[in-house]
Amino acid sequence: MSGDTETRAIRQLPLLDQENRAFWTGGKDGALLIQRCAACRRYIHPPRPRCHCCGSADVASEAVSGQGVVKTFSVNVQQWMPGLRVPFVLAAVELVEQDRLYVLTNIVGCPVDQVRAGMPVSVEFEQVEDVWVPLFHPTEQEA
Amino acid sequence: MLAEKLACISGAGQSDVGRPSDRSALALTIQACERALASAGLTPDDIDGLTTYPGPMHDAGGHSPVGATEVMLSLGLEPTWVGASTEGHAHMGAIIEAIMAVASGLCRHVLVFRTVAQATARARARHATVLGFDAARAMGGMSWLLPYQGYSAATLYGLYAQGYFDKYGATPEQLGAIAVNGRAMAALNPKAIFRDPITIEDYLCSRMISSPLRILDCDSHVDGSTALIISHRDTAPDLARAPILIEAMGMALAGFGFGDHSDGDFSALPAGKVAEMMWSRTDLTAKDIDVAQIYDGFSILTLLWMEAIGLCGPGEAASFVEGGTRIGLGGELPLNTSGGQLSAGRLHGFGHTYEACVQLWNEGGARQVEGARTCLVTNGGFGYGALLLRTD
Repeated sequence: MSGDTETRAIRQLPLLDQENRAFWTGGKDGALLIQRCAACRRYIHPPRPRCHCCGSADVASEAVSGQGVVKTFSVNVQQWMPGLRVPFVLAAVELVEQDRLYVLTNIVGCPVDQVRAGMPVSVEFEQVEDVWVPLFHPTEQEA
Repeated sequence: MLAEKLACISGAGQSDVGRPSDRSALALTIQACERALASAGLTPDDIDGLTTYPGPMHDAGGHSPVGATEVMLSLGLEPTWVGASTEGHAHMGAIIEAIMAVASGLCRHVLVFRTVAQATARARARHATVLGFDAARAMGGMSWLLPYQGYSAATLYGLYAQGYFDKYGATPEQLGAIAVNGRAMAALNPKAIFRDPITIEDYLCSRMISSPLRILDCDSHVDGSTALIISHRDTAPDLARAPILIEAMGMALAGFGFGDHSDGDFSALPAGKVAEMMWSRTDLTAKDIDVAQIYDGFSILTLLWMEAIGLCGPGEAASFVEGGTRIGLGGELPLNTSGGQLSAGRLHGFGHTYEACVQLWNEGGARQVEGARTCLVTNGGFGYGALLLRTD
């Protein structure tokens, strides 16, 4: 199926705004940027202009390691529109920086049937227009 | 007195349901409203409140083609109050608003409706119901899903189904019991869309949509409308028959579906506050429920709702439904007796409340739960609402 050149990833891009711009463009410099509260040090994703934990408005995006584990996933088989390449994996990746800090993403770089919950993954970026979409691939294990 | 104790359901109507229908969405809506009025023994002149969920969305693939204003004009209503909101407690939100309008003294009889015409939309354009289909760039909660090709709620709920399977060791055979049960009920419902019985083997052989959800785990787009009339209990002497009493209601709004999943581990709905609220407003307990209409836009939602609302402990719904005996017509908790959305069509929550009325008015025919006096309804996968209904 991978030889089928008729299909591709079709990503409906986000409208960039003050809150989400860092997340979607950090990849330009190779960084996964996640919003963090300067007062209580909690990460907040999706980003908002106020920390819902402590009420501080002193929030800003900062680079995280880009490491996480697959919390849960789904192998999407259905071709929802012409040209959409399937199967692909939608996943929630829990970033190592904080419990329940989830990023929805696609898992790439391995066969879809090898994705498992608990699998360590690392970020990479796919540029589409003015957006650097954070994707995750299996982390290479040390020998 | 609690708001819901001042209100009742005096009438319920459902249009013909088509896949697709040869009637317009507005015509289906009027049909449902007229049937609800006849059911209550009321006329349009009696209606002084009007609301719907989610309000008109003309570019949304038939998701909500009819608004309150069109219904007001078509029925010649002169309502004191009109409401509609896309936010809030999902499908149950409009019903809860109607209860509050009645309890506040603003209205005596509120007409509430929900119309879908997604089968017609898909007949015109196969991909009309794909999420985000019409927008150039994604905004809001969808902006966290669509860049990752989450073009269907099936893919999102697949995350929750897999999370539930992984945490509790639940199996496809257990999840499939929801689909098999729905079809068995639908076989007894002349208005259901899919009426040929299926076995668990049929389920396991059905094609995968987004793992672990199969085609038989997903509801089906239809054209149809449901209408309810929420009245003040004081009006009971004016009604055609004994109204259905609203014993308790519960509601919650949480992050699921808005891009924010930080309130859980993908094995449960963040709807615990619905249960907390609803059970705090009644002396009844889960053991008192005779029949349940539990939301099944996707089969996994039924399991998650059964746990969230307190019918089962965490992780226990899967074994409760396995084999189907306990949720069948003769079981301890007959479930989704119309066939649910999986087999009777995606009437988007309102079908569940309508079926609760059918059961409590003893009009279920071949699918009637004998002696049903209490019915639990839960709605929603993005906002959450529940009603505990009973007869006097």
